[in-house]
Amino acid sequence: MSGENLQELRANISWRKLLDAIFAIIGLLTILVAIITLLALIIRLAVDGTPRLSWQFFTSFPGRDPEEAGILSAWVGTSLVMLVTLVAAVPLGVASGIYLEEYAPKNWLSALIEVNVTNLAGVPSIIYGLLALGLFAEQLKLGESILTAGLTLALLVLPVVIVTTRESLRAIPNSIREAAYALGTTKWQMIWDHTLPYSMSGILTGVIIALARAIGETAPLITIGALTFIAFLPEPPIKSQFPFISFEWLQAPFTVMPIQMFNWVSRPEPEFQFNAAAAGVILIVMTLVMNGIAIYLRYRFRRGIKW
Amino acid sequence: MVESNNKLQTLQPKAKVEQLNFYYGSTHVLKDVNMVVAKNVVTALIGPSGCGKTTLLRCFNRLHDLYPGNRYEGSILLDSAPTNILSRKVDPIELRMRIGMVFQRPNPFPKSIYENVAYGLRVRGISKQSIIDERVEQALQDAALWDEVKDRLKDMAFNLSGGQQQRLCIARALATNPELILFDEPTSALDPNATSSIEQLIGQLKQQVTILIVTHSMQQAARISDYTAFMYLGELVEFGATQSVFSSPKQERTADYVFGHIG
Repeated sequence: MSGENLQELRANISWRKLLDAIFAIIGLLTILVAIITLLALIIRLAVDGTPRLSWQFFTSFPGRDPEEAGILSAWVGTSLVMLVTLVAAVPLGVASGIYLEEYAPKNWLSALIEVNVTNLAGVPSIIYGLLALGLFAEQLKLGESILTAGLTLALLVLPVVIVTTRESLRAIPNSIREAAYALGTTKWQMIWDHTLPYSMSGILTGVIIALARAIGETAPLITIGALTFIAFLPEPPIKSQFPFISFEWLQAPFTVMPIQMFNWVSRPEPEFQFNAAAAGVILIVMTLVMNGIAIYLRYRFRRGIKW
Repeated sequence: MVESNNKLQTLQPKAKVEQLNFYYGSTHVLKDVNMVVAKNVVTALIGPSGCGKTTLLRCFNRLHDLYPGNRYEGSILLDSAPTNILSRKVDPIELRMRIGMVFQRPNPFPKSIYENVAYGLRVRGISKQSIIDERVEQALQDAALWDEVKDRLKDMAFNLSGGQQQRLCIARALATNPELILFDEPTSALDPNATSSIEQLIGQLKQQVTILIVTHSMQQAARISDYTAFMYLGELVEFGATQSVFSSPKQERTADYVFGHIG
């Protein structure tokens, strides 16, 4: 190769390497902007909120005095609504996912259902609120209750649970299914003994991610009539008299953490802003804990499984 | 077309394939296949890839039923009081409980070594611990794996080497005392050492169970099988004692294949 050609070649390489470096820098800047913004918001929230965090904050009802107000009704409400969501969304979603992936014949109908389920995950949450207002609150006369709220959020996260269940099942190699069938299992034995346990990490992760989404939802709950101010707790689920278990709490009116935050943010008194920040910190911690559990479970169940 | 071998007729047949045709959608994959799988011998299916040997093997436990668009014609008669394997009236689950299978790649379940072998018994509803213990040990011994794993039965099966995993899969198939075991190229994913231990094992197993094996390697068929069927483009071209198929093939296409002109 002549010297001139070699020079040209090198100039060309350094030009292409420069483009490469430029893109890397742009990428880095973009991600820094996103992370720094998010961090700034969280730090601000933490700085404003943490001084307000105390035992009293968790055990007090909201009230007129910002110093004495707390989030008792909000965190109890959130916990109970999440419980209903979990109980409703997990069996329905996992069963639908199993049916669609393992049982349903692969034809245009199941393809249509699949497309629709995926699209449902993108429907704005307030639409679910309207649906729930008409269906659960009015038609089924469940009222503006914890039950209605839990079912609404269950509907909202159902597509997420269905899709992650299907994806986790699909990730299992077919050779495992054939190995089970070749021993004479029925379809249900194959699913119950093999594909379901082997996909448990994925399914649980999906469930927790879904709950982490549901915990921050505000719009659909306002639509169905969640209260913004509530100074009493629902009936406890466990009682001292026979039959010891009570489901009255399902019919109770409620508020949840994001609604409590929203309520405080819209107050004119600046002191309430600190309460809102403190509630925000707790909400973020709740979400982070849930994601942490998801990561742990994924690790736990994946141990010893490789494909 | 198929010259009957004199000795083959004296052996007790385990399964008879008669006028078997198999269609995948509109593709005619197996064409008028006739052959006999004799009891307690090793029968090999050989042929170039795409000739339908694995398809034929998977007819024996109706594994094709798992996927839509498949159609069988003709019959595979199992035993002297014949059950037609391909009949709609025969439940494939019953067949799969009688006929074991070992796959191309080792496919143990992500469970312990013990649970892998015990699974076939659990499917049958056997729950007595002493019976399961005994059958698991027997199966692992028959699969020449017992000595290597007896101290770590609770270990995950994935921690075993490829060859050990394949022997574990053989033990899994043996645990339920099948009448016939189907091997689908069981050594194609293994190294030469592991391959030779599996081949030895197959030689020993024919004492207790009938073996039908698909193999990609003619040398392997020559080493381990008593009877060989050569398939080409969905047809069974030649079937007879392994020795005669390899040394004096009667069909031109068989000769071309075994002497290395095609495939």
